[in-house]
Amino acid sequence: MELDIKHKPAAHCENGTVANLLRYYGIEMSEPMVFGLASGPFFVHIPFVKMGGIPMTAFRTFPGVLFKRITKLFGIKSEMRRFLSQDRAMKKLDQVLLEQKVPVGCVVGIYYLPYYPKEYRVHFNGHNICIIGKDEKTGDYSVLDPITIEKVSLSEKDLKKVRFTKGTFPLMGQMYWIKSMPEVIPDLKPLVIKAIMKACKNMAFQPRFINFAGTNGIIYLSKRMRTWEQTMGRKMALFNLAQIVRMLEETGTGGAGFRFIYGAFLQEAAEKTGMTFLNDYSARMTEIGDKWREFSFKASKVIKKRSGETYTFDELADFLQEIGEQERDFFRSLYAAVKDHKAE
Amino acid sequence: MKVEDVPQDLKFTEGTPVRHPVYAVDSEGKYQMVNSVGWEAKNEAIQFELDVIQEECDEILERVKKGETSLLEYYAVKNLMTVELLAHYSGVPKRKVRKHMSDPEAFASLDEKTLGAYAEALRMTVEELKTIPE
Repeated sequence: MELDIKHKPAAHCENGTVANLLRYYGIEMSEPMVFGLASGPFFVHIPFVKMGGIPMTAFRTFPGVLFKRITKLFGIKSEMRRFLSQDRAMKKLDQVLLEQKVPVGCVVGIYYLPYYPKEYRVHFNGHNICIIGKDEKTGDYSVLDPITIEKVSLSEKDLKKVRFTKGTFPLMGQMYWIKSMPEVIPDLKPLVIKAIMKACKNMAFQPRFINFAGTNGIIYLSKRMRTWEQTMGRKMALFNLAQIVRMLEETGTGGAGFRFIYGAFLQEAAEKTGMTFLNDYSARMTEIGDKWREFSFKASKVIKKRSGETYTFDELADFLQEIGEQERDFFRSLYAAVKDHKAE
Repeated sequence: MKVEDVPQDLKFTEGTPVRHPVYAVDSEGKYQMVNSVGWEAKNEAIQFELDVIQEECDEILERVKKGETSLLEYYAVKNLMTVELLAHYSGVPKRKVRKHMSDPEAFASLDEKTLGAYAEALRMTVEELKTIPE
């Protein structure tokens, strides 16, 4: 049995999966739209939560949050389940997939995914895939993984393993699916306004004592970066830096830690809702994204030293601080502009 | 980023279905999704992390050859496994995993079943687990 959904690659796993689920129900939504409507952009740097021994830096929220936000926004009824028993988790998946005949989104860890390049394998438990069918004879599941160019299949054993990976943020077989759609799809414009305002609040209006989240977090990271070499030695400092570059550019961000996707969203929103001033903000977002790219480029030069190109951690931190301040200005002015437009 | 500036530095994705879609603007300022096979900056960051791990592994391998530690520690570090993770995936208690990782004699006297559990957790065969790499 296999449901009829066309595979569409996406930059970010969760956006792609949510878009796949929605497409099955007839809502054609692009990936940036999903990301923007779910108030995607975020930044967090938490030194005391370690991932593989490295302080956690993330440019996204927890896996599963985007789906929750978007279903709430549209008034879609959905269900998300966690399990203690592995067998029961697989049974429920089969039941929803084969009896109710709906596609199911699953949160998986990437370490045991068989089709992943060996070098990318890390203990990261936040990848999303969409399961659309099961081969009755072999028991293999057909899987739409947004990061691959075509449909892939996973054996039952592998799927069970990846759904229950351990480590930082252990998985409990999280799965989510849509139960019913609202009768009328709400108008896009108020949703866009709401989503943008929420994203701006998350990024630029965090209280001062929450110094690790939003644009506060970027400046916090830049401050900590200056001391890395003294506190943990050059090698570990470089390792930390490499991890940040990975988080910025590794599979799933669409370039520059989701900044380009958000730029694309602002552009699309301007086109669909007629709020043309968003086009200017899209261009500004692109500039910020380019700066993030430049940061990764400079960081890679620090990691791999070449003659004639020497950057220090201090210079990188200065650059990062500049980005942080620019982003804060950006989100504050976007908030004000959208609020003005709403009042009109 | 411009569409024509999207980097195509092939390194790790060779021979796999994995791609990195990137959003970039075309000449008219419109965003488009472009498939990229990798970027030098990112590849170098990944390569650096792999090198650091490899260095650590080499150090452990020296000690394995001297008989100071077991081969299991080498493969665990190489596969980014901590004691907790290895214990969870193999089903062997943590205390025993620690012992098997540090004591070469304890590792050498393991039965096939335990070895098989370790091998599966580390995604390799039992034969590979027993052989010292070149």
